[in-house]
Amino acid sequence: MPKVTVDGITVEVPAGSTVLQAAELAGREIPRFCYHERLSIAGNCRMCLVEVEKAPKPVASCAFPVADNMVVFTDSPMTRQARRGVMEFLLINHPLDCPICDQGGECDLQDQAVGYGRDHSRYAENKRAVKDKNLGPLVKTVMTRCIQCTRCIRFATEIAGVPELGATARGENMEVGTYVEHALTSELSGNLIDICPVGALTSKPYAFVTRPWELTKTDSIDVMDAVGAAIRIDTRGGEVLRVLPRINEDVNEEWLADKSRFAIDGLKRRRLDSPWVRRDGQMRKATWPEAFAAIAARLRGLTGERIGAIAGDMVDAESTMALKDLMGLLGSINLDCRQDGARIDAARRDFYTFNTSIAGIEEADALLIVGSNPRREAPLLNARIRKRQVAGRFPVAAIGAAADLTYDATWIGDGPSALTGLLDGSQDFASVLRDAKRPMVIVGQGAIARPDGAAILAACWKLAAQTGMLAPEWHGFNVLHTAGGRVGALDLGFLPGPNGKNLDAMMGGGVDLLWLLAADEFDMSRIGDDTFVVYQGHHGDAGAARADVILPGAAYPEKHGTYVNTEGRVQRGSFATFPPGDAREDWKILRAASAVLGKPLPYDTLEALRARLEGANPVFARINQLPRFGCSDHSGPAGDPAALGEAAFVSCVPNYYQTDPISRASATMAKCAALYQPSLAAAAE
Amino acid sequence: MLSDQDRIFTNLYGQHDFRLAGARARGDWDGTAAIIARGREAIIDEMKASGLRGRGGAGFPTGMKWSFMPKVSDGRPAYLVVNADESEPGTCKDRDIMRHDPHKLIEGCLIASFAMGAHAAYIYIRGEYYNEAVNLQIAIDEAYEAGLIGANAAGSGWDFELYLHRGAGAYICGEETALLESLEGKKGMPRMKPPFPAAVGLYGCPTTVNNVETIAVAPAILRRGAGWFSALGRPKNAGTKIFCISGHVNKPCNVEEELGIPLRELIDTYCGGVRGGWDNLLAVIPGGSSVPLLPKSICDTVLMDFDSLRDVKSGLGTAAVIVMDKSTDVIRAIARLSQFYKHESCGQCTPCREGAGWMMRVMYRMVQGRAELDEIDTLEQVSRQIEGHTICALGDAAAWPVQGLIRHFRPLMEERIAEYKRVRGAPARTFPVNEPLAGESLALAAE
Repeated sequence: MPKVTVDGITVEVPAGSTVLQAAELAGREIPRFCYHERLSIAGNCRMCLVEVEKAPKPVASCAFPVADNMVVFTDSPMTRQARRGVMEFLLINHPLDCPICDQGGECDLQDQAVGYGRDHSRYAENKRAVKDKNLGPLVKTVMTRCIQCTRCIRFATEIAGVPELGATARGENMEVGTYVEHALTSELSGNLIDICPVGALTSKPYAFVTRPWELTKTDSIDVMDAVGAAIRIDTRGGEVLRVLPRINEDVNEEWLADKSRFAIDGLKRRRLDSPWVRRDGQMRKATWPEAFAAIAARLRGLTGERIGAIAGDMVDAESTMALKDLMGLLGSINLDCRQDGARIDAARRDFYTFNTSIAGIEEADALLIVGSNPRREAPLLNARIRKRQVAGRFPVAAIGAAADLTYDATWIGDGPSALTGLLDGSQDFASVLRDAKRPMVIVGQGAIARPDGAAILAACWKLAAQTGMLAPEWHGFNVLHTAGGRVGALDLGFLPGPNGKNLDAMMGGGVDLLWLLAADEFDMSRIGDDTFVVYQGHHGDAGAARADVILPGAAYPEKHGTYVNTEGRVQRGSFATFPPGDAREDWKILRAASAVLGKPLPYDTLEALRARLEGANPVFARINQLPRFGCSDHSGPAGDPAALGEAAFVSCVPNYYQTDPISRASATMAKCAALYQPSLAAAAE
Repeated sequence: MLSDQDRIFTNLYGQHDFRLAGARARGDWDGTAAIIARGREAIIDEMKASGLRGRGGAGFPTGMKWSFMPKVSDGRPAYLVVNADESEPGTCKDRDIMRHDPHKLIEGCLIASFAMGAHAAYIYIRGEYYNEAVNLQIAIDEAYEAGLIGANAAGSGWDFELYLHRGAGAYICGEETALLESLEGKKGMPRMKPPFPAAVGLYGCPTTVNNVETIAVAPAILRRGAGWFSALGRPKNAGTKIFCISGHVNKPCNVEEELGIPLRELIDTYCGGVRGGWDNLLAVIPGGSSVPLLPKSICDTVLMDFDSLRDVKSGLGTAAVIVMDKSTDVIRAIARLSQFYKHESCGQCTPCREGAGWMMRVMYRMVQGRAELDEIDTLEQVSRQIEGHTICALGDAAAWPVQGLIRHFRPLMEERIAEYKRVRGAPARTFPVNEPLAGESLALAAE
């Protein structure tokens, strides 16, 4: 390992490191604009120039490889002079509009100008003005502020896999844009805002809303999909104004998908802020006691088998636990968390989780995707697949409706027959999987949320076993979920008990009282006309429209909640702001209801409830940890691998932008859906 | 004065046939197989011994450059790329080689490619050189037909393919790594170095980029011996060189001469002297537009070679001598060069992108004198802030002419400013939008 001396501090760095990395190891910060750890090195901003002994001129530390016994000066007169010069050049054509710039307060250029800028401008000429580009409803551009660092170009090309941005013209006329103006077709476009070191790319919905120093920042977990990205929720007063990614190398690295970032305006619209009770066929505002009383009245005389509960897609494990316990006290085993009817076998945890883990994708060497479009179902996970393929030698095959996944994938069929071909070896990709050392399969909800889902799941497992995906050191069988609360509910066994009714059986009068915990994703008209529906949730969506009693709950930024992502990683989201009006945290609603119903739940605090969670399933004791494991027991999930149907797979997320009550209430998401998926956009109202 | 038998480019003026028959009559393709039979090491050693320095401007020793190519391939092919993107204002030497003596270049490509283990070479020719590309293509086709290149090229046993690629007319594509980018079909923007092209070049493979003249003189050196070549010129500045003399001389011309010839002798002997006599000389840009100009006092004695010109803080560059007599507004001349570099900056890295335009705008005010005295210092500092801080040498090239002007003609600039103040009063420190500049309105309006 080469030894490098940075400002008198000698450090040993791995061979092939850059001077900048060596300087960081030595604790010296190097200013930079174009350099970004996760992007290719451009070396064009020249802000990171440092003096290297024996070099005639300053070198760009971001790109210059270290050599043994190199001596670097990051604060020498030559270095400072170079940086001041670069800073002056960056500022001569940069508008002096910090007071009206949304980047103000979190702008790299602003910060570094304090260190290296002059007190006044020597530039007496006219400044350059650049026409703004329309990049769609999410990213606002003020191109005059652009310092041509090309981070956005590199992000779009390398990470997002949509090579739509580029630079046109040259010299000082160089402009970043799409050439033919169009909205970026990436589900990761919001990251351009984070990655832009200046105010050229800012958030359109967040424009002119607030200043960063006015915000209260809460670390939390995203539940808009099942990836469980680490987020920071920025609030001011009672409002969620912004969601930004936090770094979690195992899950989202430092990216965030657009829905998670921009659907938050949906938190302010169509909210349920007080209990409602149906009287004389009309929904009327009510008080909590009235609502509970209405439920108690309907429950009177009902036996457990006539009661059912369905947990929604975004619910936290605490609420699910409380509802399950309440149902248990009421004698009901009619529970289901699979609104889409996914034929999941929860007998073993690795039958329904993403066992390879998201970071583990980078270790795989072949991938089969069955009935899933990960780009729409889990954009961040898709980015990880792309990252793996960009690294080289990663054949990907997919079964389902052909789509652009942002990386090369061979579509080897659209339905279960392709799976049969893989099983009997007639399909060529079977040998690719067999020859691979660490192959993996991703089974989407589109493959198992159908009548032959159990058979398909079993067939996929059989294929995994056949092709060496199940090994003591490697688990290549993965189920990709799309609902942030699903795995948690499965872990808690929120499924029909022995001879209990599943969702289908509860429909059409199968139960007399149906408790919907933020469940909006199935066809409400299937519920029997005489079934009394209690809807507990945060949005006036499908479930609330059918309800007889509405209990206003809290959305994910408004409660402390435990969520399990598709990997089975247990993470905790945090309370960032209060739910509106009379709405309450969901487990507290259930606790209060249980008291009114005369079957009080045995916990009064969050801590006690979490202890109950751990008791129900020990995985809930392992917060943020995900031990990697292999698979030595090859016996598969229930289902006959031969009983496959004929129908083609259909992705369970046809419309990425509107998948849940929050995003359906979001005006921003409605705009995106109208733009990107016009045929699927739900009418905004 | 170079004797005729020592001239390498014997058809520089196109009096003879440029085709294969004519080239053979001038001695090209004579014993090529025998030269190749000497082996890689011998050729490179001979080139090193000859003292040939790259003719593209930087003057890097050619033999050493060839020796950087990997001796044993790691599986990747190696490439020779010939830089025929001759765009430096004032320079037109490669043009005459390619249109009048293309076989010298083609033979050089074969030998150089063999010396660096390349089976393929690309000639990247400037887009504007249409006729030159036509002639060169004719010559390449002839050479293929005659078996001089292709499989078992010239009977040497070495397989060699040669491709001609026409550029689209961007100055920056003459920078070697930008040229490689352009050749790969990307936007012509220079790459970061290291890695150098000899390690990671065209399509990620080991590549050497040489100037046309460098390659074209290689066969003659190998045929006549390193000793002959190094005996010409001055120590460390060996050999002959094509000088392109333009501007205010009576007979502008290209001429092959020994390095180290006195500038005055060069102009007086071959160009019929400066217009209006030597005493009418104002300044000379000795090496293409990007090197600092020299005032008459230096031109009186300076020798035309790499080291002599470096000692007077200029450079040989491409040896394109631009002569300016006393009728020249030298400030305006340099302002025009600043405009050129502003126009040709690729925009990739900050100092050149922003600084070139800044310098141009200040320079055009200096032409009028519409500036303050201290702005001359600012201009100098801006040029220093560009120089040495960019990815490629275009930033340096933009800065040097301005630095040369300030170094040698500062009194003139001050006088111009004083004159402006005397006639029109002190200029405002901020300037009105798009006010046309006298005499330059068209040029600026086009920006």
